[in-house]
Amino acid sequence: MATIQPIAGENEQHPDVALVERVRGGDVAAYDTLVRKYERQIFRIAQHITQNREDAEDVMQDAFLKAYEKLEQFQGNSKFYTWLVRIAVNESLMRLRKRRTGRMVSIDEDVETEEGSVPRDLADWAPDPEQNYTQSELAEILRKTIQGLPQGFRVVFVLRDVEGLSTEETAETLGLSVPAVKSRLLRARLQLRERLTRYFRQKKGSKETGVEK
Amino acid sequence: MTCTEFLAQLDDLIDDAVTSKMRADLQEHLRGCEHCEVTLSTTRKTIQIYRSNEIYDLPSDLRERLHAAIMARCKKGC
Repeated sequence: MATIQPIAGENEQHPDVALVERVRGGDVAAYDTLVRKYERQIFRIAQHITQNREDAEDVMQDAFLKAYEKLEQFQGNSKFYTWLVRIAVNESLMRLRKRRTGRMVSIDEDVETEEGSVPRDLADWAPDPEQNYTQSELAEILRKTIQGLPQGFRVVFVLRDVEGLSTEETAETLGLSVPAVKSRLLRARLQLRERLTRYFRQKKGSKETGVEK
Repeated sequence: MTCTEFLAQLDDLIDDAVTSKMRADLQEHLRGCEHCEVTLSTTRKTIQIYRSNEIYDLPSDLRERLHAAIMARCKKGC
C-alpha cells in the first residue's frame, strides 16, 4: 500500500545518527543538543499521558537520563526520536501506575466506547473559530477537549497527529498493530472534532463586527 | 458511495494516502454530501488546530532548570 511519508528519503542519514555516535564516543555536549531538540516534545507527550505537570517534569528528566544510560542498546534501525518517545511513553505509564497504586494502567484503557465513531453533530464551524478566543482560552478549550478522550485514543492522536510519528512508528512505540492505530486514530479525530464543534460552530446570524481580517 | 464508506476512507484522504481513483470517488461523494464535506473540513481543522497551538507550554526557566539537571546527571555518568 502506498503511503506518503513526510520525512526525508530512507537512504539519507538522519542528523541524529551522527549526534548519537558522538555521545557514544563520550561527547556529552552532543547529548545536550539532542535534549534541546526534543525536550518540548517529550514534555508534551508526558503531560498528555500523565495529565499532571509534576509527573511530566519527572518523566522528562527520567526519560532523557534513561535514554542516555541505555544509548548502547539503541539500534540504528529506528529513529532516535521514536526510540526516545517509546521510553517516555513507558515512563509516563509507570508514573500513572504509581499514582493509582495497585491499578494496572495500560494504553488500552477505556477504548471500548463507541462514542464519536459516527459523526452526529454536523454543524459547520465558523471560518476562523480560534479567533473568537484569546490564546489562553483556546489552550484551555483544547486541553479540556483532549483530556476527555479515552487514554488509548489520546495517545495515538498525540503521537501521530501532533508529534508527527508515522502510523507504523506509532504502532511500534505503543506496541499496537497498525490496524489498531488506524482505528483509534479515526475515532480520536472524530471525537475531538465532535467535541470542538460545541465551541467552534458557526452561529446563525451572529456575524460579529470587529473580527474580520 | 455511502457516507459510511466515505468515513472509512477519511483518514487516508486527510493523510493523502489514497489512490487517484479513490480520490476521484471520494470527491464525487463530497459534491453531493454536505455532511461529509463538513466532517472532512472540520476534522482537518481539528488536526491543524492541535498542531499549531501549544497547549502544554514548557516555560523557558523551567526548561533550563530541567535541562541543567539532566545534563548534570549525565556528566556524572548518570
